[in-house]
This record gives sequence, structure tokens and C-alpha cells, in this order.
Amino acid sequence: MNCRSEVLEVTVEARQVEEAMLALLHTILLHRSTGKFHYKKEGTYSIGTVGTLDIDCDFIDFTFVRVSSEELDRMIRKAVSEFKEALSNSGSDGIGQISLEFYQKKKSRWPFSDECIPWEVWSIKVNVVNLANEQERQICREKVGEKLGEKVINVVEVINRHEYLPKMPTQSEVDNVFDTSLKDVQPYLYKITYQITDCLGTSVSTTMRRLIKDTLAL
Amino acid sequence: MDSELSPQDKKDLDKFIKFFALKTVQVIVQARLGEKICTRSSSSPTGSDWFNLGIKDIPEVTHEAKKALAGQLPGIGRSMCVEISLKTSEGDSMELETWCLEMNEKCDKDIKVSYTVYNRLSVLLKSLLAITRVTPAYKLSRKQGHDYVILYRIYFGEVQLSGLGEGFQTVRVGVVGTPIGTVTLSCAYRTNLAFMSNRQFERSAPIMGIIVDHFVDPPCSSQRPANMGQPCNYRAPDEEDGGQFAGVQDSQEVCNTSFSTSPPSQCVCTLSPSPSKLSKPLPLDSLQLPLAPGLVTHTLYASRLSYQPPALAAAAELCHPVVNPNQVLHTGKEGGVVLVPAQPPQGADTHLTVEHAPNTPGSSGEDDGLSQSGEGRRDDRRSVSPSDPVESLNAFTRKVGAFVNKPNTQMTIASLDLPFAAFAPRGLDTEENDPMVHPPESPPCLSPLQGSLHSEGSEGSGPQDDFVMVDFRPAFSKDDLLPMDLGTFYREFQNPPQLASLSLHISSQSMADDLDSLPEKLAVYEKNIDEFDAFVDMLQ
Repeated sequence: MNCRSEVLEVTVEARQVEEAMLALLHTILLHRSTGKFHYKKEGTYSIGTVGTLDIDCDFIDFTFVRVSSEELDRMIRKAVSEFKEALSNSGSDGIGQISLEFYQKKKSRWPFSDECIPWEVWSIKVNVVNLANEQERQICREKVGEKLGEKVINVVEVINRHEYLPKMPTQSEVDNVFDTSLKDVQPYLYKITYQITDCLGTSVSTTMRRLIKDTLAL
Repeated sequence: MDSELSPQDKKDLDKFIKFFALKTVQVIVQARLGEKICTRSSSSPTGSDWFNLGIKDIPEVTHEAKKALAGQLPGIGRSMCVEISLKTSEGDSMELETWCLEMNEKCDKDIKVSYTVYNRLSVLLKSLLAITRVTPAYKLSRKQGHDYVILYRIYFGEVQLSGLGEGFQTVRVGVVGTPIGTVTLSCAYRTNLAFMSNRQFERSAPIMGIIVDHFVDPPCSSQRPANMGQPCNYRAPDEEDGGQFAGVQDSQEVCNTSFSTSPPSQCVCTLSPSPSKLSKPLPLDSLQLPLAPGLVTHTLYASRLSYQPPALAAAAELCHPVVNPNQVLHTGKEGGVVLVPAQPPQGADTHLTVEHAPNTPGSSGEDDGLSQSGEGRRDDRRSVSPSDPVESLNAFTRKVGAFVNKPNTQMTIASLDLPFAAFAPRGLDTEENDPMVHPPESPPCLSPLQGSLHSEGSEGSGPQDDFVMVDFRPAFSKDDLLPMDLGTFYREFQNPPQLASLSLHISSQSMADDLDSLPEKLAVYEKNIDEFDAFVDMLQ
């Protein structure tokens, strides 16, 4: 099966990186999370309720909606702050990419471990700029807000094409499709990775690392 | 077309579409209430949360939506539309956006109703949640309140986009195919806000009744059922709305009224402010929140004075306003130093003449606290019943006001009947103390220095004084950083010694001396003229 891949690109100021990433990642996860499944005896299941929460950004004129789950928020924030730190420490010209990958686990026979097959990858390219004065920052606030709005519309457009989604799993398979570790919501299995590009435009070390990881994972 | 759809599926599908329409309206209206929405996730299904989403139902909105639908469902040629418009306090209104839930003929026969359609409708609602925060009307709705409010109108039938002006943009939220057609949800929003830029969106005084609910505890809580509110009160009368909707088709008569969605206070579930807030047409001045530290004291003091006993007010009539308004304002700006309490009748009069701050004790919570505390503090002065200014002066001076550190009062010119006479040039003042008498300090709720109100000896200690002196603590001045705080600085330099050259006898004397010494000086300069020339050459 082909993995759907979408790329979003944003240009922000350093202090806006965190909120911009959170806004986009949470918007995607909002659409890719369901309520907790409760399986019943007959093989049917009922689904819990997903609450939503409006979040105002401090450094951007923007409000986004996220799933009302503190656990999920914590995990996303952790990943985003790692990305932000890597971006600021990189010494590169401030270009990085954070990826949100939804995958399915496929059980393999021994001795092979489970395969992770991505079915949707969202890549957010970030371009960090430095602004000289307060007026520019104010303009940036509004502009980035508008841009994020456009990105949200893009995300919604893609999602509403209703292309491939993993089949709803049976109780035994649910952990292959959904992340059932959270207590209030159930997003599809996802992982967040990032890479910081150096001046050459490639990141050799992370690519190598990934190659080795993938090889070992097999 | 429906032949392949089982009756159960058809029934389910109709139900899904109906509730989807109702939830769509809820999401849109709640997104324009002007507040952040928060609902909780629940792992155990309650069975009442349609589409597995925590979307609250505001009963009024549901009622209006049902009225608009009138038992029908959105179908081909029958769209359900939610129109969001803005109405200014002057009565001007403008459509901002129109959300359309439409159905077209494109059917997806193979889709499973109870499962796929339901889930896709759920995703579509999530998309709606996200998109409603992105369109321009969201930011406007978050700022609604005094200058304008956001209204909504639900209608059923043909979509009307003419009110959105030229160049309106459309954003499609999403589509869901069903066996009986494809459900489409989209939004058309105005981009030309030219009308708004010409109008005042600056914080000018609103013309309609002011809702000062910033500081008042809301009578409603989240448990307050929305139908307790009065949604119809707040919006414009029907006649206006009718005029506005002239030309809209018949279905509009089902709901020919617009409902305000301005936020009541912190309640998400209610749609309109409570009637109590609306029935208080407060004077415009009550909105003039203090902008400068000094003004805080000044305004507060005025409010406090509103509780003065009537006797004072009567006495005030005897006096004529002597004070120069400029003078009052000047002191107000600099820290609310007011001589008034020293001479209550004039003081009251001063405030009566100059005061433009509101005499509205109930206008804000802060004022309430203020006036009450002011009352308490002024108890000791209440007993003053001045009929004669001087007598009252003397009577006053024997009292000790609250927040007095020491009964260390300052002497002023006893026969003073001129407020702020202390600021008049004093050639006669032999005392080194500043003749400032201060009212009791501002109540803690507004002065950040409440801790310091009781501290520190009063500056300018002097000999036997007739007046009560309370430490002057201008708001926001720090007293722990520098040995000299703003108040001290102000006091010290309030009355600087006269410049030597300006004092008459000395100056005239020096002038005479200067003139006399002039010829001698000239002689000396002429003698040294060569030196001066050489110096000038050197410089060139």
C-alpha cells in the first residue's frame, strides 16, 4: 500500500516555532484520534467521546483546536520542544523538518519483529527567521497566523478526501492500529521524528541513523 | 435511488444527517460566542454524544435550528445555512460569513451507512471545529462586546451570498458521500471589510447601554440553563431585523430574528448577557478606567466622596468654587494629592466642581469595594458637620484619619480658605515642612502599595501641626529601592527655594553691582587684548 505523504511548509520566528508546530500537529491529531474503544462480547464496540479545547497562541495571532487530553498534549509538547531545541542548537540556518507519521503494526513471524508500516506521513518544514525590530515582529505575528490558517485548511482538505484509513480492528488487533496507552482518547499509532538540515541540505547523521535503525528493525 | 438502501439504513442515515445538521449549527454558533470552548473527553461512552465528539448543545440554538429545518432535512436544493453577521452599537450591520450544509446528487452507493458515513461525519465535524477558528470572523467574534456584537441566523432553502460583498472567499470544509447524496459543508466569508474600517472600532464611547460586566460576578454559572436567559432582549428589535432581511425568501419568516451571540460572561452555554446587565445604562464615565497611577487615587477618592454625608453637600453650597480646575487636575495627575479633606466643604465642593469621575458606586466591583472601605475609613470623619469652613477646618484637624502613621501633622496657613493654597508661592513659609495634607490612602484593592501604607515614618516631621498628615504614597512607586521615593522626591522639589537671581532685593543688588563693576572689567580686558587675540588665532 502506498503511504500518503503531505508536506507543509512554514516560515516563522524562533519563538513561534513551538506554537506553530503544536498548532499543526494537534490539528492533524484531532482528525486522527477517536474515543476509546470499548469492545463488547459480540464483537461490536462502542467509542468514547473526544472533547476539544481551544488554544490561543501567545506569539502568533492564531487559535487552534486540540483534543482534550493532557496526556496527548504532553507527549506532543515534549516532541516539539526537543525539535525546537535541536533547531536552535543546530547552528544551521534554521531549517528543520518535523514529521508526524501514522503507521500500522504488522505482526511478523519469529525471528522478525513487528513491522511498522506507515500509511500517512505529514512533514512540516520549518524555516526560522530572525527579525530586527518590534514592528516586523508584529507583522510576523499576523502573517504567521494567516499562514497557519491556510495550513489548517490544507490539512482539512487532505483529510476530507477520505483516502485510505486502516480498517477498524478487532479487539486483538487494536494495538496494531491505535495507540491505546492513553486513558481518554485513542489516536492512531503515530510517531514523531525530526531532522535538522545543515547547510548542505541533507542531514547525513540522521539519515545514517535511520538506515541503521530500519535495518535492525527488520 | 433508495432501492438498495435498507429501511434501517435509510432511517439511520436520516437521523445522522439531522443530528449532523444540528451539531454543525452548534459548532458554528459556539465558535462565534467570543469565548474559548472546552469540552472534556470521556473514555466511557455516554451514548448521548453524537459522532463521538464532546459538543455541547445550547438549547436555544437547537431550538432555532429545528425551527429553521421545520422537520425537513438538508437535501438536494434544500441547504441549511447559518449566517454570521456583525452589528455595531450604532445599529449598522454587516454579514460576515455564511456556512452552508448542502447535499448534491452524487451518491456513493457502496458506502456503509452505520459505520463509514458516521465516522466520516465525525471527521467532518472535527474539520468544522478547526476551520471555524480560521476564518476572519473568529477573531472579530473574540473581540466582540462593547463596540459590536455577532449575530447568527439560520435559514433553510437556497443559499444567499449576496450580502457578503464583492470578492468573498469560499472554503470547503469537507464532503461525505452517502447513498442518497453527498453532504457538503462549506463557508463563504467576506473579505471586504471596508465598512468596518470606516467605522470606529477604536474604543470610543458606545452609544447603547453599556454593559460593564468585566468586574461584576456573573449571575449565571455553567449550570444556569440557557433558557433562563433572554436571548431576544439583547438583540436589535425585530423591526430592524425585518428591514435587514427584506428580500430574503419565505423560509426566513420561520426565524426572522437574529440572536446575539455576545458572551454573557464566563458562561459558554448561554447566549446573551443577563438582563440585569442590560438594564443598567451607566454613565459613560464609568468606562474611563484610570490610565495613570495618579488618576487612580483621584478617581477613587471621588467615589469615596460620594458617600459623604449630606451635610457636607449642603455646606458646599455656601462656598464658591475657588479652585482652579487645572490645578486640581495637575495634582491628580501627579499622584492624587488633594487638600480636600482638610477643608471638607471646599473639598466637597472641589470635587463637585471638578469631578468628572463617576458617582456610581455600583458600577464596578472595585468601586464597590472601594466605597465600602472608604466608608469604613471615613467613619471617624463623619462626625464633622461643617457649617463654617474655618470651624470645620479646626474640627477636622483634630481627627486622626486612617492610615496615619503618626499624628504628625503639618501646619498650613490657618486662615486658609483657598484650597491648594499650599501650592501658592510662599515667601512667608518659615517652616521647612511641606504643607501637604493627604486623604486617607487608596484602598488596598487598587493600590499596589497597600503593604507600604502603614509603613515608614511620615516625611516632613515638624513641630506642632494642625493637620493630619498621612504618608503620601503615589501608586506604583517603589519605596524599597531608593532611599528617596517618588513621593519624597515630589515633596522635596515641590517647593524649591527661590532662585537667587529671581528674588527681588538680592537680584537688584547684584544688578547694581554688576553694572558698577563693568568699567573695571572692561579695562582689564582691554589690557589683555593681545592675549585674547592670540588665543583666538590659536583656535582657528
